[in-house]
Amino acid sequence: MEMFLVANIGSDDIAQEPTRAGLGRGLVKAGQENKNIVGLSADLTDSTQLGAFAEAFPERFVQIGIAEQNLVTVASGMAVMGKIPFASSYAAFSPGRCYEQIRTTICLNDQPVKLVGSHAGLSAGPDGATHQMLEDIALMRVLPNMIVIAPGDSVEAEKATLAMAKNGKPNYIRLSREKSPVFTTMQTPFEIGKAYVLRPGDDVAIFATGTSSYQALLAAKALASDNIQAEVVHVPTIKPLDQKTILASARKCGRVITVEEGQIAAGFGSAIAEFLSENLPMPVRRLGMQDSFGESGNTPDLLKKFGLTGQHIAFAVHDWIDHMPQYHR
Amino acid sequence: MAQLTLQQLEKLANIIRMDVIKMLEHAGSGHPAGSLDQADIYTALYFNILKHDPKNPDWEGRDILVQSNGHCVPVRYAAMAHAGYFPKEELMTLRKLGSRLQGHPERTALPGLETTSGPLGSGLSQAAGMAMVLKMQDCNRRWVYCTVGDGELDEGNNWEALMFAGKNRLHNLIAIVDRNNIQIDGNTEDVMPLEPLREKWEAFGWHVQEIDGHNIESIIDACSMARAIVEQPSVIIAHTIPGKGVPFMEYDYHWHGSPPNCTQAKEALQKLRSLNGKISGDHS
Repeated sequence: MEMFLVANIGSDDIAQEPTRAGLGRGLVKAGQENKNIVGLSADLTDSTQLGAFAEAFPERFVQIGIAEQNLVTVASGMAVMGKIPFASSYAAFSPGRCYEQIRTTICLNDQPVKLVGSHAGLSAGPDGATHQMLEDIALMRVLPNMIVIAPGDSVEAEKATLAMAKNGKPNYIRLSREKSPVFTTMQTPFEIGKAYVLRPGDDVAIFATGTSSYQALLAAKALASDNIQAEVVHVPTIKPLDQKTILASARKCGRVITVEEGQIAAGFGSAIAEFLSENLPMPVRRLGMQDSFGESGNTPDLLKKFGLTGQHIAFAVHDWIDHMPQYHR
Repeated sequence: MAQLTLQQLEKLANIIRMDVIKMLEHAGSGHPAGSLDQADIYTALYFNILKHDPKNPDWEGRDILVQSNGHCVPVRYAAMAHAGYFPKEELMTLRKLGSRLQGHPERTALPGLETTSGPLGSGLSQAAGMAMVLKMQDCNRRWVYCTVGDGELDEGNNWEALMFAGKNRLHNLIAIVDRNNIQIDGNTEDVMPLEPLREKWEAFGWHVQEIDGHNIESIIDACSMARAIVEQPSVIIAHTIPGKGVPFMEYDYHWHGSPPNCTQAKEALQKLRSLNGKISGDHS
């Protein structure tokens, strides 16, 4: 499948934008298409990028105040009455503070509430560990009925927002505060539930989600100069997994590494490992937070410290290839 | 549905109490005290106050009833069965495998339930969300009712909802607090004092009424009054006696979450039969 990625991947002049900006644009478009879309904010309207929606549709914007339990339950009640609520906060607070309400009133209740978790991963940078939500993937992906999406860049986040508005299910979208490279284009395919091979290879499959997928692309580029062909699979939908694509790449490469800006325990890499353990058992190396919290610092420095840059991924791939045979080949 | 007389409503409330006892005894688990003490409230709601159509639970003109205190769902199921939502025989499937009558209300399991609830403290905010939508639609003909346990007011989520409803002047939202003064670990004022309860709600911008929660006429009148308040959300603090109607259960917090055994159920049913619909509150 043609991916229509930008031409300047790896170059310093690649355009950068936070993924949350895509949510902001997508929500205004979704609001224009469907008058049942409502936006709810817990006193973080502009930083979670709901400002444009609130300005365009003031009558459909609800200010909740600093009350995340209320944020998600009011959203659930609005969904009962036919609305499609986008309820936004920082991921550390929602889903961080309101898990049971999400579980009972949105997931078990099966209401189409769209939870927007901004400032996720290490992207809250200088704010420190309190605000760096690294456990949200784990929390959200174990909930029945919930769909979990971590877009790779702002362009994809915009497409994801529009798709979420239409799927009639509880959704969680994981977004970043910091700017990150825009590597997809409006032509790049996106569908909820699909994973995409951004770069083909047959020595190792790198499965990545969210903004880590760009780092995986950088790693693949570096590895190619060492004559290692890494297949980069971007997995923006963490739940449900695109089993077919994941299985095909894992079978083709026989070695698997996963990358995420979150805890590896119960996170994205775990989801891949769970799936492969039942369908194509093989060792899976998971890169991400290794049972630790973050700390204050600029996001690029934090990515270095916690081993999540392209360079670190490439190094991990070398190490993995040195130690692991290719399975199922 | 023909309007029932006050006397008929009182008799029906007692039959619903008997159903609750039978259901809980049969299920072997569940929460009798609150279910019994809200029999008058739920009878008044389903047979006088609510606009609803049991044959068309999704009717667009219906009033909404959210049960935040979802553990008291047996009384709701019994009222719904009598109203015609489903056959009365189904009541005995409560809490059994494959039943639509889950131990706590689940919207997706049974038509006529508007939400899924049970974990305490989040019904009022859902109800506020619903009322908010009706207000956005300028709908003045539909009301959102929400029954809330008193013990669950310990939960902070309620007070977030109170602020939200007060701020948005959700006049179409009517909360009914089952003020039975008990919760699992004891009396509410020992576990975590709620008083002065009226003043707390008032401070959050709500119109407050206090009534005898066993006087069906008072319940109906209070709801009429609440609907006439156009600038504020309303709360009706319904003073009730936990376990009402079954003397050995009344006032005893131990019956919050323990079902009667076979002998106790027999005795309870005998007591309820002897009342013949003559329930009176101790608050009037």
